[in-house]
Formats: sequence, structure tokens, C-alpha cells
Amino acid sequence: MIETLKHLINTLAAPTIFLPLVAVLFFLVLHYYRLLSRPAVAGGILLAAVVFYAVSLLDNNFRHIVAKPDNVPITMMLFLSGFCVWMALRQAAINDERIERGLPPVEKEGNETIFVWPDLVYIEFLAAVIVGVLLTVWSIELKAPLEQPASPFKAPNPSKAPWYFLGLQEMLVYFDPWLAGVVFPTLIITGLICIPYMDINPRGVGYYTLKHRRMAITVYLFGFLFLWVTLIMLGTFFRGPNWNFFGPYEFWDVHKVEPLVNINLSEIIYIKILGTGMPSHWLPREIWGLALIAGYTFVLPILLAKTVLKNFYAKMGLLRYNVFMFHFLMMMLLPIKMVCRWMFNLKYFVAITEYFFNI
Amino acid sequence: MWSNISKYVTDSQVWKSIIRHGYPDTRRNRVLIILSNVFLHLHPTKVPSHSLKLSYTWCMGGLTFFLFLVETLTGVLLMFYYRPVGEYAYNDILALREHVPLGIMRELHRWAAHAMVITVWLHMLRVFLTGSYKPPREFNWGIGVVLLTLTLLLSFTGYLLPWDQLAIWAITVGSNMARATPFVGHEGPGSKLLNPGLFGMEDVPLIHATDDARFVLLGGPFVGEATLLRFYVLHCVFIPLAAATLMAAHFWRVRKDGGISAPTDEFSKPL
Repeated sequence: MIETLKHLINTLAAPTIFLPLVAVLFFLVLHYYRLLSRPAVAGGILLAAVVFYAVSLLDNNFRHIVAKPDNVPITMMLFLSGFCVWMALRQAAINDERIERGLPPVEKEGNETIFVWPDLVYIEFLAAVIVGVLLTVWSIELKAPLEQPASPFKAPNPSKAPWYFLGLQEMLVYFDPWLAGVVFPTLIITGLICIPYMDINPRGVGYYTLKHRRMAITVYLFGFLFLWVTLIMLGTFFRGPNWNFFGPYEFWDVHKVEPLVNINLSEIIYIKILGTGMPSHWLPREIWGLALIAGYTFVLPILLAKTVLKNFYAKMGLLRYNVFMFHFLMMMLLPIKMVCRWMFNLKYFVAITEYFFNI
Repeated sequence: MWSNISKYVTDSQVWKSIIRHGYPDTRRNRVLIILSNVFLHLHPTKVPSHSLKLSYTWCMGGLTFFLFLVETLTGVLLMFYYRPVGEYAYNDILALREHVPLGIMRELHRWAAHAMVITVWLHMLRVFLTGSYKPPREFNWGIGVVLLTLTLLLSFTGYLLPWDQLAIWAITVGSNMARATPFVGHEGPGSKLLNPGLFGMEDVPLIHATDDARFVLLGGPFVGEATLLRFYVLHCVFIPLAAATLMAAHFWRVRKDGGISAPTDEFSKPL
């Protein structure tokens, strides 16, 4: 019975099932946030998560990964992020309902100014003391890890970056290092910096809401919760030797063999569809992929601006619209590539390995 | 008896030279204590009541700053015992563990660092969800994003210092990316275009493993002793100074941009 359940969860945890599941769950939560953020419902979800975690800790393989000292913060992050998102959605639900009834948000209600001394200073002091105590207890209970002395000749398998970069390392499954390790991180930073200049919606300052800023919040939470937090979790807990996938209760077997069946877009076109064999020069070989990527990056925004996003474009203006679309399309390249990988075993859209230019 | 002593102390020249106002239980003194203390004057003297609610701020920005202070304090203590040299680094960490009874400085430093990464993310999430980056606070959000990057870099450079297998390979995996930097990484797209082919030396690339972006980052073609020293200096001197400077700007701008965000006037009029 337990073994069957474990086997089921191991199967569900495979990226092809787990990630779409999380994505669907994400949109369900944003859609039914008023129902799901009710304390009774959210409390039930929390209880289920805690029970799942506690029972799973009885499993050796699960405990071995989760209880690694450097992985403990990830568990904290998962629960803390969940709690914070719940708090925000709960207040958004209350405020949105008030706004519908013509009332101002709770934050506006009975707002008076109060002295920083003693009220705010007291809270800051208490917060510092509490976190200080928690840190001390954490430090006494859990020793900082120290492995064998550094040796450049003995690479551990798997070799993992620090946990907060594991979302980026997980991206390496789908993209080459120049994109996953250099271009996308840069775009994350520039995209974040550009947010205040791209979001021209004047509403939603100083209170929690979803109703007034549905698009902005959906995009940001998708990036943070799905493309960042979930991939960190996947990269840390579910990726074992040779970066192969392992379910949470599965033993990390170094000899697990995964067939490499991924093929490039050019191979799909020239071998599977046309049956002519590969052109020898890279330009005719990759012209389809290049056209696809160029169309996605440069033509699609123009088409959208002329059709479905006409009003959006008019509101945003040329520069804002293009900066937003570029960052947004680059962000969506990751889920798009994931789906293409799972459905067509696609390795690269463009594979000019001669110049390390693979997308 | 007690009140006499306390009056004697608070009336003394020394006390009055340090604290220039009476006990902060009057309106006047509550304003003065904030205004006359260099640390407290980061605050305004009064704040809107909703900004005191934990459900609004989550306390995450303040905790990030607190954790930075914890890192600074424990970091200085660790620097007394740690030498960033290949022969010593690992043994110094080992000695901290083996020779210090009840020692938890390294643990405090490491766990506070992990916690700080999390609090920065959640602070950003809170600021986003309350729309607190909107005008006039756009620029301060940008400073915050740079501070986020510096936090991650602080954590990343510190990860190498124990000089164990965990450290060296995590940094190797992380820094291997720099090899693929477009144009300036030797395995990056476009690096071959930078081959000038002067003097008939078409086969000599301008960008190669010992002069590309990764080489600059590591101080060598792989993670070695030069990297250890380089990351140590970045971790203990350069990035903390840069972060502290930007934090000053960040806090200053919070005040100058109107303090903590609050609902605007749109709700004063009937909707």
C-alpha cells in the first residue's frame, strides 16, 4: 500500500508530469484565490503539506536529500513562500471584495499616524530578538557542512551549484550555458529593474489586491513561484547523478541509464519530414530554426501589436511595449522549450554548434 | 533612593552630553529621540498605522538588514581565524569546528546567509504585491534589484571559502557558465568573430581559455588558489562595501520617496 503510494508519487514527480501539474495548480490558485485563501481551506492545505513532509521523512531516500544541511533552507523557503503568498492572497481577497462593495481597502481604513518610538522601534527590536534566537537554535542544532578537502580531480556526481542558483542549473537541461547561465540571468536582472517603468497601471499602490492588477501579479508570480522556486526545488530534490531525474523516494543510482533521444529541429525537418539528409553548410541547415526564433522574437510582437494587443500597445507606447514584450517572450521561451522537449524530444531550435550558437 | 541615583545620573554632564532629551514618554521627546539619534533617524518620527502590521510588511526588509548585520559581526569574528590560502583554508575551518567548544560562529554565518537570500526574495515579493515600486518609487526598486544581485554574489563568493569538495565544485559548476559568455567566453557564441587574424595568424584565437570572462572571474583557467584569494577579497571587502553603500541609498530613498507605501487618494473619493 505505502509502496504503491510512493511509486505513484515518484511517477508524478517526473518533470513531464510535475511541472505541468504545478502550472495548472498555479493558475487554479490565482483563479479561485478567494475560496482557497480562506483560513480553513489554507490551514487544511498547510496541514496536508506538513503531514506529507513528516511522513515522507520516514523514507530513507527522502530524508537523505531533504535533511542535507544546505537543503534545510529550501524547506524553509518553500513553507515561508507558501505562507507569504497565502497572506497576500487572503488580504487581496478581502480587499477585492471590499472594493466591489465600494469600500476602500483595509489598509486605508482607520489609518492614523503613530509615533515610531515606541511602537515601530519595539516591533523591530522584538523581530531582531526572535530571529536572533531562532538563528542561534538553528546553529546549535544543525552543524554547517564540511566535506573532504577540495580536490580539483574528484568531481562529485551530481555537481550542484549553491541551492539558490539551482533554477538556473535546471535551465541547462533545456538551454546551453550561454543562454541559461549568462543571457537569461542578465535578462532576469534587467527585466526586474524595468518592471516599474513597464507597469503603467496607476492602481494597486499600498494595498494587496489581485482584481486591480491581475496581469502584473500573474506574470510576476509565475516567474517567481514557477520558474524560480519550483525549478530550485526540482533541481535540488529531484536531480541526482548525471542530472538524471529521481523521484523523492527513489535511490540515487549512479548507473541509472536514460536514453538520449533528443533531436534538433533541423533533423526533424530534413530527415523526418523532407527525407533529404542534412545540408552540409550551417546556414541552409539552420535557416528554419533561425527564422522561427527571429519570428518569435521580432515579428510576433509586431503582429500582436496590430491584432490582439492593439489596445495594450496603444496604452504602452513603442518603447515600453517592446521592452516588455522582449523580456516576456524570453521568459516564456523556457516553458515553451520544456513543452517542445517533452512532446517532440526537441533538443535545439537552432543548432550552430560550429559557433556555440545553440538555442 | 533609586530615584535619587537615577536623577543624579540623568542630570550629570556625561549623560546630558550623550542623550539630549528627557525620557521618551512625551510627544516632544518621542520626536526628539528619533531626530537626535543617527541610527534611529533612518525612521520618520511618525508612520501610518497600517505599516506596523506584520500582515502588510512581513518584516522582510528589516530582517534582511538585521541578517546583514549578523553576517558582518560573525564574518569579522571568522576572519580572525581564517586564512584564504590553499594550505590553511580547510584546516582553519576544521579547527573552528574541532577546537572551539560550543562554537557556532560559522553556523550562524552560514545559516544567516541562507536566511538572508530568502528574506530578500520575500521582501521583493511583498514590495511587488503591494505595488510599492510604482511612482515615485521606481528607482528605489532598481537599487533593490542590484542589492538582490549583490546578496546572491555575497553568498556565492562565501560558498567557496571552506575550501572543501562542496565549495570547490559548487563554484566550478556556477562559474563554468562564464565560459559561454557571448563574445568574451571561449565557448560563447561570437567569440570566434573576435579573431582578428592579423599577421597571418588566423589560427590564434583572441579569446581562449586563459584570457576569457571565466579566467577573469577565477583568476585562472580553473577554480584554484587564485580564485580562493579573489573570492575572499570580494566576499569580505568589495561586495559588502558596495552593498552597504547601496543600502544607504536604498533606505534614504525609502524616506525621500514618501516612506512606506500607502493607499493613494483614489479611495478618498467615492468609487
